[in-house]
Amino acid sequence: MAVAPTEIAELEVVDLETTSVRELNQRLHDLAGGAPGPRRFRILNPSGAHALACGLDAEIEVEIEGHVGYYCAGMNKLATVRVHGNASTGIAENLMSGRVVVEGNASQSAGATGRGGLLVVRGDASSRCGISMKGIDIVVGGSVGHMSAFMAQTGCLVVCGDAGDALGDSIYEARLYVRGSVAGLGADCVEKEMREEHFTQVAGLLEAAGIDAGAGEFRRYGSARQLYNFKIDNAGAY
Amino acid sequence: MCGIVGLFAKSPEVEEHLGEHLAAMLVQMSSRGPDSAGVAVYRDPAPSGWSKLTLYSANPREHWGAVLDGLRDAFGECDEPSIRASHAVLVVEADAAEADGWVRANRPDLRVMSAGEIIEIYKETGLPEEFAAAFDLEDFRGTHALGHTRMATESRVTTEGSHPFSTGLDLCLVHNGSLSNHNRLRQNLRREGIDFQTENDTEVAAGYLAWRLREGATLEQALEGCLTDLDGFYTFAVGTAEGFAVLRDPIACKPAVLAETDDWVAMSSEWRSIAVLPGAAEARAWEPEPGVVYVWEKAKV
Repeated sequence: MAVAPTEIAELEVVDLETTSVRELNQRLHDLAGGAPGPRRFRILNPSGAHALACGLDAEIEVEIEGHVGYYCAGMNKLATVRVHGNASTGIAENLMSGRVVVEGNASQSAGATGRGGLLVVRGDASSRCGISMKGIDIVVGGSVGHMSAFMAQTGCLVVCGDAGDALGDSIYEARLYVRGSVAGLGADCVEKEMREEHFTQVAGLLEAAGIDAGAGEFRRYGSARQLYNFKIDNAGAY
Repeated sequence: MCGIVGLFAKSPEVEEHLGEHLAAMLVQMSSRGPDSAGVAVYRDPAPSGWSKLTLYSANPREHWGAVLDGLRDAFGECDEPSIRASHAVLVVEADAAEADGWVRANRPDLRVMSAGEIIEIYKETGLPEEFAAAFDLEDFRGTHALGHTRMATESRVTTEGSHPFSTGLDLCLVHNGSLSNHNRLRQNLRREGIDFQTENDTEVAAGYLAWRLREGATLEQALEGCLTDLDGFYTFAVGTAEGFAVLRDPIACKPAVLAETDDWVAMSSEWRSIAVLPGAAEARAWEPEPGVVYVWEKAKV
């Protein structure tokens, strides 16, 4: 029997002082496929625990009140996860869709291997941000560390601050936009012309991220296509 | 893997509860290093002209009174040993290097874990929680401390292979990572007269720092030398009489987080360890940059 919407609490509060991470994740997984239940969650006392709100597959909103450990919101589909604090290694790793927002700073490998969706880091992201990204869009309000977008395949990385050394090393077809300075470009990564479509793309991503920055101030970087076996006939596939 | 923690007290309240905080931080790092644990605690400075040794014995029925008598015969005054599990602290009226030398020469069956005026090093195999209980960590008051939980990669799981490693008087090193050029470097350092007691890679890094400091480098210079002379992955924390220093290798694969409030400065491999400290939610937290030496010392805070 279907549960009437009035019987479901709007917002569920989960305190990790009294609930295990496994119980929390199971609770969130149970909502996959549109199963009945609250659509909003507030998570208290994360205390740097690993693997919070991983593998979600439902249109829900999860607010985490504090700093999170490794691989928070990994493999997320559809859900919006917001971290009111800092995130450790691998936030939004392999993001499929949906949205992950870090209000503080993110440690290394933010958005690694992400295939879709949007990751927003309002503070700084550390080294290897967007490593091997495959379609995710990442907007960083601050700066990113060294080796960011290493082997990035597709998707966009927008950096409102500076980029560390070896940006875009061995890059494929991802687009990198940086407003500040770039300490150094990695192998086969070059600066490219900002055309109208690129300004439009940056403006759209900044708006989606809710970050106020002028698209006109960004520079674009991408692949020189000398390192990997790029066939121009396949350009349309990217 | 391995876990590192460090805590520097900026208020008397934190000094009072240093051991309690240290134990809580260490236990949080159990999953990063379940095979051994160790701490260096900076507390109760020896009186002027005296020094402090932390000794380890593999013999659970060690007769520490015999060591006491030996030190008294050699140097004069020596306080009754303070015994914690397999370790004993002896405060002796002697120069620290001379007292250390006496133990090495006369009691080769014992291991000098630390020597100096203020440092005490305790380490043992087993889970961090068991270690904290066996050594009554919660009792410790002090100004600052480092801790380590080990998941061995380069050498055996033994008390001697646990961290922290002494790198000289009142100095110690804890390490998360692994070094790949430690065999060659150990040979070179042995030729410089540096003594090694294990096949452990971190002991080589400790020996390297001891050698650089002996040759007149400052702590910062010695740590910067690691960037060129050590090959491998590392986050290091180095304890000194006044504070501690942190360095990550330029690739920075090994994690580290730093946090500061009005009452303390803390470092750890992960936020989990810092979250247990009072006022952590309001702390300023950041990730140390790769290849940059960070130092906190009493005078500088």
